[in-house]
Order: sequence, then structure tokens, then C-alpha cells
Amino acid sequence: MNDLANSPMTANSSSGRIDFNTPELQRKRRIRALKDHLARWYVMIGGLSVLGAITLIFFYLGYVVFPLFQGAELTEKKVQSPAWLQQDAGKPLLLAIEEQNQVAMRVSDKGEVIFFATKSGDEIKRVALPLPAGATVASIGQAQAGNNLVVLGLSNGSALVFKHSYIVTYPDNHKTITPGLEYPYGEAPLVIDPQGRALEHVSLSATDETMLLGASSGSELLMLSLTSEENMMTGETTLTQDRIALPQIAEPIKALYIDPRQQWLYVLNGRAQADVFNLRDRTLNGRYKLLEDADAEVTASTQLLGGISLMIGNSKGGISQWFMARDPDGSSRFKHIRDFQQGDSPIVQINPEERRKGFVALDAAGELGIYHSTAERTLLVEKIVDGKGALALSPRANRLVVEAGTELHPLSLKNPHPEVSFSALWGKVWYESYDEPKYIWQSTAANTEFEPKLSLAPLTFGTLKAAFYAMLLAAPLAVAAAIYTAYFMAPRMRRKVKPVIELMEALPTVILGFFAGLFLAPYVEGHLPGIFSLLILTPLGILLAGWGWSRLPDSIRLRVPEGWESLTLIPVILIVGTFALGMSPYMENWFFGGDMRLWISHDLGITYDQRNALIVGLAMGFAVIPNIFSIAEDAVFSVPRSLTLGSLALGATTWQTMTRVVILTASPGIFSALMIGMGRAVGETMIVLMATGNTPVMEMNLFEGLRTLAANVAVEMPESEVGGSHYRVLFLSALVLLLFTFIMNTLAELIRQRLRKKYAAL
Amino acid sequence: MKKNSLNAWFKSGSPGIWMSGGAVSIAVIMTIGLLLVIAVRGLGHFWPADLLQATYAIPGQASHVVVGEVVQAEEVPLARLKGAGLPVPDNGPEFMTRELLKVGNRDIYGADFTWLVGDWLVDQKKPVELMTLVRREWGNFYGTLVSVKESGKVIAEGEAGWPTLQERIVRVEDLAKQLSKLEKKDIGAINHGLERLRLKTRKLELEKTLTAEAQADIDAERAELDAKYKGLESQLLELHHAVDRDSIVVREADGKEIEISLGKIVHAYQPNGMSVFTKLRMYFANLWEFLSDDPREANTEGGIFPAIFGTVMMTLIMAMIVTPFGVLAAVYLREYAKQGPLTRVIRIAVNNLAGVPAIVYGVFGLGFFVYVLGGSLDRLFFAEALPAPTFGTPGLMWASLTLAILAVPVVIVATEEGLARIPRAVREGSLALGATKAETLWKVVLPMASPAMMTGMILAVARAAGEVAPLMLVGVVKLAPSLPVDGNYPYLHLDQKIMHLGFHIYDVGFQSPNVEAARPLVYATALLLVMVIAGLNLSAVAIRNHLREKYKALDH
Repeated sequence: MNDLANSPMTANSSSGRIDFNTPELQRKRRIRALKDHLARWYVMIGGLSVLGAITLIFFYLGYVVFPLFQGAELTEKKVQSPAWLQQDAGKPLLLAIEEQNQVAMRVSDKGEVIFFATKSGDEIKRVALPLPAGATVASIGQAQAGNNLVVLGLSNGSALVFKHSYIVTYPDNHKTITPGLEYPYGEAPLVIDPQGRALEHVSLSATDETMLLGASSGSELLMLSLTSEENMMTGETTLTQDRIALPQIAEPIKALYIDPRQQWLYVLNGRAQADVFNLRDRTLNGRYKLLEDADAEVTASTQLLGGISLMIGNSKGGISQWFMARDPDGSSRFKHIRDFQQGDSPIVQINPEERRKGFVALDAAGELGIYHSTAERTLLVEKIVDGKGALALSPRANRLVVEAGTELHPLSLKNPHPEVSFSALWGKVWYESYDEPKYIWQSTAANTEFEPKLSLAPLTFGTLKAAFYAMLLAAPLAVAAAIYTAYFMAPRMRRKVKPVIELMEALPTVILGFFAGLFLAPYVEGHLPGIFSLLILTPLGILLAGWGWSRLPDSIRLRVPEGWESLTLIPVILIVGTFALGMSPYMENWFFGGDMRLWISHDLGITYDQRNALIVGLAMGFAVIPNIFSIAEDAVFSVPRSLTLGSLALGATTWQTMTRVVILTASPGIFSALMIGMGRAVGETMIVLMATGNTPVMEMNLFEGLRTLAANVAVEMPESEVGGSHYRVLFLSALVLLLFTFIMNTLAELIRQRLRKKYAAL
Repeated sequence: MKKNSLNAWFKSGSPGIWMSGGAVSIAVIMTIGLLLVIAVRGLGHFWPADLLQATYAIPGQASHVVVGEVVQAEEVPLARLKGAGLPVPDNGPEFMTRELLKVGNRDIYGADFTWLVGDWLVDQKKPVELMTLVRREWGNFYGTLVSVKESGKVIAEGEAGWPTLQERIVRVEDLAKQLSKLEKKDIGAINHGLERLRLKTRKLELEKTLTAEAQADIDAERAELDAKYKGLESQLLELHHAVDRDSIVVREADGKEIEISLGKIVHAYQPNGMSVFTKLRMYFANLWEFLSDDPREANTEGGIFPAIFGTVMMTLIMAMIVTPFGVLAAVYLREYAKQGPLTRVIRIAVNNLAGVPAIVYGVFGLGFFVYVLGGSLDRLFFAEALPAPTFGTPGLMWASLTLAILAVPVVIVATEEGLARIPRAVREGSLALGATKAETLWKVVLPMASPAMMTGMILAVARAAGEVAPLMLVGVVKLAPSLPVDGNYPYLHLDQKIMHLGFHIYDVGFQSPNVEAARPLVYATALLLVMVIAGLNLSAVAIRNHLREKYKALDH
């Protein structure tokens, strides 16, 4: 523009008395030019960085949400071939890793337990189990994930129960883990089969009082219950043994599992069937066919964390989840819930995670699959070893060891958010202990086996429900008011009304929310008939007043000029309102037996919460009215006068002009006003937080509470663990809100801009 | 004839006009009604209400005497009372009155409020000797004064008791002030000093420069502070004793006598005997106390000063951040950026960011400011305090910054509008006289646009002051132990959590254990917030209108 620095000013010859090109002035010009440049850069960088900072919101929210949808990541470490494995170490029956991922344990069929370092594979400790002379290990079983109890079935019909435990000490500030074995039920094996047959399969379940041991020999089922009782006087504990007689089955048994609540016993037999026994009344619940395919057979199975679900792997590479659920008639049945497919090789081992409802599976081809049950996610399938192997998964599910041949393959696993998937967030999910697939939001609970249920569906539903009821009130009121204010109202009154609406817009939502929750909710509850009759009586009253007005003699009528109808209506509405609310108790007495609320919940059978969708609708409707009003009013007001004057000149009445010309022309503007109102209603937090009970239910019922996405974030965000799945899901709901309102607003803005162009052309 | 004219009236379209006019009236009635309810309930809270004494006789049960303030009375259908298990007559009137009585004495009755059937309240009177004791704990006490004691000895009884009590309360109030000064200021400073010494030691340890010399220095300082504390402690003990010296014996409605230490009493008055002027004086005193005092009893009584202070502090800091940055962005967009589709997109985006739900900003603030920025700050500069976070936890600074991000679109939009309003001729005149673009901007454009910036700032402040949802995540708490500004270095504690008017309303109204008792206070707080925000908005509107007038003149 003004290139001061380089253009020497040519002094006019006639006024040559002033020399503009003295070195001093040139220098000054150069400094000014420099300043100009600096200012340009300063503003540009500053302005862009502010704009950048605002847009950072999008990226940051996306950045936090992104890991939710990443799969698992497996890193192979150096293969180890430790000395102890080269010697005759026997076949591995069980591999396990302790909490700190430093020590692993291996139980062999020789009755020997070896603890080794996971890092190097070196042996740490070797323990020979106290087996009776001549007996060998015939089978192994584990209690549910995480309690380290192991049972060995012996060839002489007895079973040995032991627990592997790890003691962490800090000698010289250095963490040391000392592994060891405990025998909580004594070192002597417990006799299960008095006839002394080898136990081919064993299983156990232990609570603080009772331990149940299940075993099988051929097709015979044996159950032993051990109840420990503490003597109040001496503090000694005594164990009571009790043999449980169960109906016998004819098929050869392949595996058995006891439900941790000790209600069910699942027995899998060789013909891919499961027999479920009720241990409380010792009856057979039923026989269930596990596989449809006649050629396939069950090759691996395990209980998931909490022991409710059974994962059943078959010879075709499929894994299916089963658990007990109630039929509509109330009887419990063993139900097939969902399927996973790994490859086509038989599944040889399935290990449950100890913190989540996830599991890993290893098949005969050496492929490893990582899954999450409720989220129905296959996070990873990768080939780890050639051929068969044995697998151990660490309690934190971040370390794996696979033993194949004479080698150990240590692997580290990164799998931070398996429980979140598109289907878990938005679809119906069949959770354990539920009778059918449901939409549930329940993010935290007291016990550790609890599975967070993160379905955004009820929250989204609540959000839309609240917005719907709010719009039901706000849309007609605000649009009608906007039309009247822009088109019919006298300018002097308009100048008075607009600040009131602006004040309405400025009211903090926390005020509206508190007013709704503390004043409106109890008031409405006590005056239900009055509130509903208001809906009918107010329009009637207005019409009656209008008609009455037209009947009045001109001498009175002409005193109030046109465009002041609203003012005359204020007393009318006040009178109607007082009447309706005043009549409310009488109506309750006449029609509803004195209490309409009771009548609704008893006679109609509809749940009534004091803070319900009606209250939210009223309060949020109030909050949204000014937003819709000001944009719609603007749209109506800027309809070119030539159009309306033309219509009036052709003989149309003002109302005809309004409905046929003005509204049609302004309709895109009114539409964009409604969209902006909707956007506001969807994102509103404080009102819904205070005016509803915040229960995440999916009912369209006007008298029931709800929970919205925004309120949910406000309630749960401070308590959620940073970086956890719950935290990220909350970020996701914020991102959903952001995108939704942003898109709504942008569309509305584009519509308005087009409209403005159209008006300009007219 | 009549029917015909009704038809004609409908055809004329007048019903539509009336109905739409009705919508305006409804909106106006709703707004004004809401404000009136809040104002009446909020302002009524400070009026010293008369105390009612009556005998409550439920038919078929033994009667007892009740004393309290009548808070609310309503007509209730008989059926509802019957449903509540009350022995109402079967063929009585259709309705009975039900009164909500604030009976106070929570330590004796368990609850401050009780619903009574008005028709069964007999022998109603308002004796002068009934008094209200506003206490520091257990809410109000209603009853009569029996005697005043000093160190357990009765010094005044009956008629003489009242003036003595008033005298003694003045004394205790004075002592309480000294006590609070001692606890908050002097001992607070010592604690602060000790904490700083601890952090200093830890810092030196981390840097591995903790020499014996430095340790000795620190120990000496610590010893000094400890000695100071010892001195103050004995003073503190003395004051506590002095406060607890006097006590009174009072009798509640049913004749039970209890003894209350004067240290637990804030005010004592006999409302039934007060003239309107005395009550008025008391009303304003209460109002002042509400604005200037700390909250008591889990925020349900006392004042809201910390909340006012926190709100003001936070909005001030926010305004200081948001105004320069918002203006900078607006100047760039309007004056420097090449106008084209890109700037149009940016403009729409900025405009729409103002419509993004506030809670989203809260989530962003918590994730990015608190955990990412705050966490890094802690690791870099406050490593000695770890694992206790300094800035890596919600606090004043993050609250202000979050609100700044939330409000910056408002400032940008308002400033841009102001810049756009400045006639081209003014700019071109300046450039034609040889001024550079920066000079034109600085000396001509910005001064002319300053009222617009002012409007933007005020609107931003109004929006920020009323916003609560994001603050719940980034730094507002129900009860902050101290104000963010005090006499200890660095004087302004940006890392501290604050109290906030809006959050106070939410917390006291919805999370407090005694919502019924706190209700009037919530209304009063709400009224204050509404007044502040309405004032801010109206002033923004006034400035904007003034501005429009000014440019109208320039256009010609």
C-alpha cells in the first residue's frame, strides 16, 4: 500500500523549502514502515493463534476420544529357552503370571511347580507338590479369575487344593517378589471319590465360608462341599465335609465349572452338550446343545471374570459366550449370547482377563486372538507360534507368555479400551445377569467384578426427549411472539418488549434450573389439573377476549390503537391463570379423588417423578424462547416492505398477508431459528441437571425423569479416572454434543445468509 | 346474527393476531413473574419474622405447645391429608389449611420445619418475650430466656436477663472477631511459611543441593515459626476461654431448658416486640451480613461473601485475558486477513462456537488446561510439591481460562461488528494523509471501535458470570478454605479453588442436607446473581445504542 520505505518523496519544486528526504526523515519513515510491518505480523500471528486456540477444542476432544477405537497392540519380546524347560519338565498344565508381571508360574503334570522370572525365563523356585505316594496328577482346575486357587485332580481319587501367592518386599529399596504356595485346606489331599478312581476333571469355587469341589471320573459326577466354621469361643476353624449327590448323566464328561455364587454347575460332555445342574435344589436344569454344527466339537472352555459367563471354543475356530438368563416365564435357562470367530483351527485355550470381561484365545495353529465379550470386539488376531502352545495372561492383561515346545514366548500387550465399541455405545447389549439385551448407562459401582455399562443410547434419548418437550413449548410461543412483534406490534411497544426478551435471554441457566427444581417442580405436582387446564383455558381466554374486544363500542375500542393487543391481553392471561390454578384443588377433589398425582400413578399406572420431563420442558422452553424469538423476529422483520405492501394493495387482509406472504418468505429464517433453539436445548446442562432426577431411563413418559448427555458429563466427569475408558467415553459424549450443535448452528447460519442475499435481491 | 358475526370475526384473521399477541404476553408474564417470585422470596428472607406461639391439638392426641415462624400456608384437599394418615373428620369441609412452621431448635427436634394443620392450632398468640437466637450451629433457636450465666454462675434472671444478654453478645462478637483474625491471618501466615519451608527443602533435595548449611538455615527458620506459633497458640486458648465464659439458659416451647454458650450465638432478638423501624434496621443489617459474611453450617446459613469474591475475581481475570485476544483476532479478521471464502468460513465458525454447549468447554478445560497444561507446569516448576498437584488440579486460573475460551467468540463478534461499522471514509482519510495502516488502526480505527469492544467485553463478562456447568469441572468448589487473594506471597493464588455464586445456588439448593432451611438463602443468592447479570447486560445494550446513534451522525 504505502511503500514508505523505498519511495523517496519527490519534493515539489515550488515548495522546495521543505526537504522531505533529509536522512532524519528518511530514517523516521523507515522506522514507521518497520512498525507497520511488525504490527501486521503481530496481529496476524496473534489473531491466527487465537483462532487456532478455539479450534483446538475439536482436535483435542478428538485426540482424547481416538484411542477408544484403536485395537490392541502386541509386541513380541526375545524368545527364551531356559535350561529348566530343556530338561524333562513334563507337560504344562497351567501357566500363570503374577500382578507385577515379574514372576510366572508353571504347573506340570509331574506334580511340580516352577516359578520363573518373566524377563529372563530363569528359574526362581521349584516346589514339588505333596502328592501321596504312587499318585499322579490327572487333571487341573482353577477358581474364577483372580483368586489364585488351583485344584489338582489325582489318580487316586483325591484332590489337592493350593494357592499361589506372591509377597512383595523392599529390601534396600529394591522391589523383590517372593513366590510361594499355600494350602488353605490342608496339605493332605481331599478324598473325592471314595472308590479311588482317577479324577479326570476337577473344578472348584470358593467363598469365605464354603468351598465346592466338583470332579468327574468317566461319566460319574462327584461333588464335595467344605464349610468352614469359626468357633466363637476359641477362634478355631473347623471344616465340615459334605458330599453332594447329583443326578448322574450317561455321557463322558469333558469339563465342569461351578458358578461362583454356587448356584449352578455346568457340565460339558463329549457330544458338545452342556448339562446345567441347580446346586441349591440339586436338580438338573436342562441339557443344552452347544454347537449347531454336527462335525464340530468343544475343544476349550473357560469362565469369564465373575464366573457368570462360559466361553466355549470349538474345533472350527469359533468361540461362543453362554450364561444363565431368565426367560419371560421366569425360569432360568442357559443361553447362547454371542459368537466370535478366530480362524479355522481348533481353539486350544481360552484365558479370561482378571479385571475386565475380555479374554484371549489360542488356537492349534498358534494364532492368538484378543477379544472383549460384551463389546463384541475382536481386537487382534495374530500368529504367535507354530503349532500348539500353552498360554498365560497377566492379571493386568498387559503381559502374555506362550510356551511352545521348549521355548517361552513373552509378549507385551497394549489393550487399553477393549470394552468400548460402536455396538456397545449405541446398540442393545446383553449384559451378564440381564434377561435380555438392553440399553444401559451405569458407569460405576462398588464391587470390582462390576462391568461398566456405557451405552450412550439412553443419554441421547434423554437429551432428545428434553429438547423435544422444550421445543414443544418454545417453538409455537416464540415463533408466534416473533411474528407478532415484528409485524403487528406498535413500534413504541416493541421498544419496550424487546429489552424484556433480551433480559430473558440473559438469565443464567442456573437460575432457571434452580427455579424449576425448587419452585416449579413441587408447585406443578400440587397443581397438576390447573397446569393442564391452563393449556386449554389460555387460548380460549385469549380468543374470547379478542372477540369481546371486537364487540365493544368503538368509543372504547379506538382508545387503544392497533398493535397494542398484547398489553390488553396481559390482564386477561393473568385472570385466566389465577382462575385455572385457583380451581386446581377443586378439580382434584371432583375428578381425581383429591390427589391427581396419586391418581396418575395408581389409576393410570404411570410413574410420576417430582422432577420430570414436564418441568424440564417448561424451564428449558423458557430458556430457548428468547433464542428462537430474536432470530425469527429478525427474519420476519426484514421481509421487504414492497412484498407486504403489494399484497395489501391487492386487497388481502393483514392476516392473509402474514400467512401467505410474510411467513412463506421468512420461513427459512424461522427454520434456522428453530434449529438454533434446538441446538441450545440439546446442549443445556444446568437446567436438566437441576430439574430432573438424572435417571438414565428410556421412556417417553412426560412424568418421568431423564438424563442428558450434558448433565451426565457434568455429574460424572469429576469422578472419572483420567485416561480410562469412562473418561474417554465422556469426552466422546462431549464431542457428540459439540459436533451436533456445531453442525446445527452452521446449517442455520448458512440458511440465514442465503435468505439475506435473497432479500437483498428483492 | 351473532353467529354470523363470530364467523366474520374468524374470517378476518383477527384470532390469529390475538393469539400471536397472546404469545408475547405470555413470554413477558413468564419473565416478569419469574423475577418477581425470586425477588419476593429472596428479599423476604432478611425480614425478622414474628414468632407465633400456639397449642397444637390433633384430635384424639395430647396437645403440645409450638413456637415458630409461619413460612407458608396452603389449602389442601381433605383426601390428601387423610392419605398422610392424619385423623381428619370424614364429613368436614372440602379443604383444610396446612401451615409450614419453622420451629428451629434442630438439636432438640431433629428438623427445623414441620407441617401443621392450621385448624388444629388453637390459642394462637405472639408474646413479646419470645426470642430468636441465630446460632452458629444447629440453626435458629426459638424460645424464652431464663437466665444469663457467667462462668456457670447466674448473674441475671427474668426481666433483667435480656439487656444483660445483649451486652454480653456484643462482647463475644468482639472476641470472635479477634479470634478469627488470629486464626486466619496470623496462624494462616505461619502455616503458609511452614509449607513453603517444606517445599524448599524438598526442592533442594530434588536438585541434590541440600547442603548441611541450607538445612540449618531452614531449620532455624522453622524453629522461629514454631516459636511464634507457640505464642499465638496460648493467645488462642485464652480467647477461646473468654468466648466460652458466658452462657444462657433458655426454655423451648414445651418447657425444656437448655444451656447455650454465648460463643455459639450470632444474634438474639425478640421480633414480636420490635417496631417496624427496628425491624427495618435489622433487615438491612441482615442484608449486609449476607453480602459480607462467610457461610455457616454447610453453606445453608450466613453470608455469601467468598462466592461473590470468587465470581468477581474469576470474571476479572477472564476479562483481562479475553479482551486483548478477542480484539486481536477480530482486528486480524476484519483488517488484515484477505476477505474471501476462507475468512467467511472462519467467521461462521467463530459465530457458531458461541452456540456450542458450555459443558463442552468445561470438558476441554479439564482435559487440556488442567491435565495437560497444568500437569506439565507442575512437572516443570512445582516438582517439589508432587505428587500433590499445584496447577494440575482444577483452580482459579483454569476456570478463568476456560471461560475465556468460551467467551472469546462473543468479543470477536462484537468487535468485528464495531470495526465494520466504521465508515470507509474515515479510514481512507487517514491513509490519504500518509498514515501507515498500523497508525490508522491504532490512532483512528481502534479508538472509534472501543465502545464496541467495551460492549463485547461486558457481554462476555455477563455470559461468564452466569455460566456454571463448565466451572463444576475446572475449579469451583462448594466451600473454599480461603480466598484466592490474601496477605501471603504470592498474594494472588491462581492455583486455588474458588466459590462461585452460580455454583453456590446449585450446591445449596440441590446438594445440601437441609434444603428446606437453605431455600430462602438460595433465592437471595439467585436474586443477587440476576441483578448483577441484568445490570451488565443492560449496560451493554445502552452502550450499543449509544454507539449506533454516534455512527448515524458520521454516516452523513
